[in-house]
Amino acid sequence: MSEIKTQNVHIDSHEEHHDDHAHHETFISKYIFTTDHKMIGKQFLMTGIFWALIGGALSLIFRIQLGFPEADISWMRPMLGEWITPEGRLDPEFYLALVTMHGTIMVFFVLTAGLSGTFSNFLIPLQIGARDMASGFMNMLSYWFFFASSVVMFSSLFIETGPAAGGWVVYPPLSALEQAIPGSGLGMTMWLVAMALFIVSTLLGGINYITTVINLRTEGMSFSRLPLTIWAFFITAVIGLLSFPVLFAAALLLIFDRSFGTAFYLSDIYIGGEALPQQGGSPVLYQHLFWFLGHPEVYIVIMPAFGITSEVISTNARKPIFGYRAMVGSLLGIAFLSFIVWAHHMFVSGMDPFLGSVFMLLTLVIAVPSAVKVFNYLTTLWKGNIVFTPGMLFSIGLVSLFISGGLTGIFLGNSAIDIQLHDTYFVVAHFHLVMGSAAFFGMMAGVYHWFPKMFGRMINAKLGYVHFWLTFAGVYLVFFPMHYIGIAGFPRRYYTWSSFETFSNIFQDLNAFVTIAAIITFAAQFIFLFNFFYSIYRGRRAPQNPWHSNTLEWTTPIEPGHGNWPGAIPTVYRWPYDYSKPGAADDYIPQTVPYSETPESNTDFENELAALEKESGVEEVDETKE
Amino acid sequence: MATTATIKSPSKSTWSGGQAPMKASYGKLMMWFFLLSDAFTFSALLITYGVIRYSYPQYNPEIHGEVFKFSTEYWPIPDYVFDGVPFLHGMHLPLIFVSIMTFILILSSVTMVLAVEAGHRRDRKDVEKWMLWTIVGGLTFLGCQAWEWSHFITGKEEGLKGVADATKFFGANLVQNQYGPQGFADLFFFITGFHGTHVFSGVVLNFIVFYNVVVGTYDKRGHYEMVEKVGLYWHFVDLVWVFVFTFFYLI
Ligand code: HEM
Ligand SMILES: [Cu+2]
Repeated sequence: MSEIKTQNVHIDSHEEHHDDHAHHETFISKYIFTTDHKMIGKQFLMTGIFWALIGGALSLIFRIQLGFPEADISWMRPMLGEWITPEGRLDPEFYLALVTMHGTIMVFFVLTAGLSGTFSNFLIPLQIGARDMASGFMNMLSYWFFFASSVVMFSSLFIETGPAAGGWVVYPPLSALEQAIPGSGLGMTMWLVAMALFIVSTLLGGINYITTVINLRTEGMSFSRLPLTIWAFFITAVIGLLSFPVLFAAALLLIFDRSFGTAFYLSDIYIGGEALPQQGGSPVLYQHLFWFLGHPEVYIVIMPAFGITSEVISTNARKPIFGYRAMVGSLLGIAFLSFIVWAHHMFVSGMDPFLGSVFMLLTLVIAVPSAVKVFNYLTTLWKGNIVFTPGMLFSIGLVSLFISGGLTGIFLGNSAIDIQLHDTYFVVAHFHLVMGSAAFFGMMAGVYHWFPKMFGRMINAKLGYVHFWLTFAGVYLVFFPMHYIGIAGFPRRYYTWSSFETFSNIFQDLNAFVTIAAIITFAAQFIFLFNFFYSIYRGRRAPQNPWHSNTLEWTTPIEPGHGNWPGAIPTVYRWPYDYSKPGAADDYIPQTVPYSETPESNTDFENELAALEKESGVEEVDETKE
Repeated sequence: MATTATIKSPSKSTWSGGQAPMKASYGKLMMWFFLLSDAFTFSALLITYGVIRYSYPQYNPEIHGEVFKFSTEYWPIPDYVFDGVPFLHGMHLPLIFVSIMTFILILSSVTMVLAVEAGHRRDRKDVEKWMLWTIVGGLTFLGCQAWEWSHFITGKEEGLKGVADATKFFGANLVQNQYGPQGFADLFFFITGFHGTHVFSGVVLNFIVFYNVVVGTYDKRGHYEMVEKVGLYWHFVDLVWVFVFTFFYLI
């Protein structure tokens, strides 16, 4: 099986309808307007990496402002122009634009499109045994809508009034009134257009993922045999399908308030002593609509990372995942609960405190399924023959970060404590650990683990270790001190604090420390970048199944063509976690091995299944051309 | 593993893979999931309606006077806003016109069902006929809505007294209206407009499908599933109208 030539893979044209492209591929149909899910996944990955660099760079600029408010940064003027004041300081308005764009980019463009887009596209057909997504064309559209959205969002960085500046949540009235800040002008309009395009992209992608998982699973791949990656992508897509349209509605209403004089979110506003005509709207309504997406969105970000981690940890601990059903159940539980906790972001918005306590209760309940996941990761690792690949390290890192950040969520979920902590750096610390860093680690785990499948070459592990340890230490050094700053009352989204005696004396050193740690962590990512691009061209050739993994993608040729399997699609006989099964010859049994071939390791029940396999007649079809 | 075996699956249970478990093609599933997500968009809009609507008091004869009149103080009673019918100028015919509109839209759903049914029989002439009726129904609904909007925009004789300058304002736009609070007209335009856009795109889709039926595309393809898919969309748009109608006209 080791030597299968993949060029000009011929695919039975009766199997699927979209295979006839495989024969006459041009550069454009292969790399640009491609309908191959693997290439689309890589497009999402590359665009995601691009955005991660932009988002990271923006954060360094405002970190410098926070850590070294007196520093002269005129050297940035060639790049930022007028945004650096004549005195060599950062323009305060631009500071707000920076945090807004950093948040938007990281949450949506990197950790939603870059993560779900990459791995759902790449892995769903490969792991369920399908030739491609249900609709390759819609999949292509999904990428190009994302691309269009990226272009609009990116251009907004360069316009004269600057990009949107109302925070990534763009609350009205700030975001609704052009007079409010420069960022609420054209920049805000472009933000809304970009997000509308982004939502279309997400829906096109999500509908495709869901139908593909339902309809295109190969023979034998029942839901209870799905790898947890697929479960996670599937449920993530469902959450997105139900929450993004609400953001869409909220954004449309905001567009009308901004441009057509309606009053959905506006009421009783005076500017310079003049009353605005809008009457009767409700800004809190916007917050409800936004967080109805916003909270599920944080799970849209973390769940694919969970799925990847489950897969990577089980493979590299050489043990079945602990509590497969509990893992699926907790994903479903989290998904359900994520729709009924949104108002914990609004405890201090003037919402009815009784409603607040209802949301507090529901919020704290989420800790239960979250803890189930964490314990199952730990018990999977327990007494495993752990292989510390870079992917494995990043997965373990995810578990660590998720615990650290999840615990502070429980503080914040208490509506009384949140009065003190809301909009401080404590919240920033919470979500950067639990969501930002954890999901980023999940994404890295996925890249390291599936790199051989994506590019047919191995990524250098030594550099991977350096990258991991620098990043792991880095994110803790960046985000842990923020808890202290936050508890002491240091607010988020403030350009300057040095005019407050208390703050300047107490926090100068911690803030400077965080900034230095952030610069080092960011720099460490270039190790990854080098490793990534170098290995694409120069990496060691990958073996077919480098991690001795059970899932279907490793049964494809090393560099699968359009259609994934040159011959028939393999049939699945067992779940994906038969690692170190007692009695078995190897410490892994791929999903394609029938029970009838493994009598030595079968349980009684599995022997019965094996008998059934026999009855229906196993025809050994040798199409593997050894 | 060295060999890949292909076997006839031992258990032919529905969800065990290798087949479409819901007996629906991927295209039809996609339509269902799209509609599910669209339902959430409309729900968000209708909740917005509810929130703004109930931030205003109801009209109460004891406080606001025995005879109902329009005021920005409270939400108007729909019977007094939507009481016009074309050619019957000046008569108070509450909700008659909108009921006719609704009836037409529901009828077009019935003709759509008939088109889908004819599609199952692969009876091209019948599909053509019923698709055409559905398109006519959709266009009539849109026409009625256009009249309804223009009537709403031009306004009624009595007008609404401006607060500051005692001038009278007639009709409605997004900033001001004679019927009540600003939100009333804003929501009316936005939500019925958003629904109307859906109807319009439905008519366009129906027309494309109708065209394909006429030129025989689906006969060549061997099935009329496309008719079913636009049928799902069309029924959804009708169903949403029932909710919009209930919110704006009945409560
Ligand atoms: C034990 C589970 C969790 C609880 C109880 C919890 C609770 C909270 C609460 C109450 C807030 C609002 C704080 C405030 O603004 O005052 C918050 C903010 C946030 N949480 Fe969590 N959280 C949990 C887990 C998570 C997870 C798993 C993620 C993401 C994967 C996440 C992402 C966020 C984000 C992004 C914010 C800040 C949004 C913003 O204001 O910009 N949280 N969390
Ligand atoms: Cu939340």
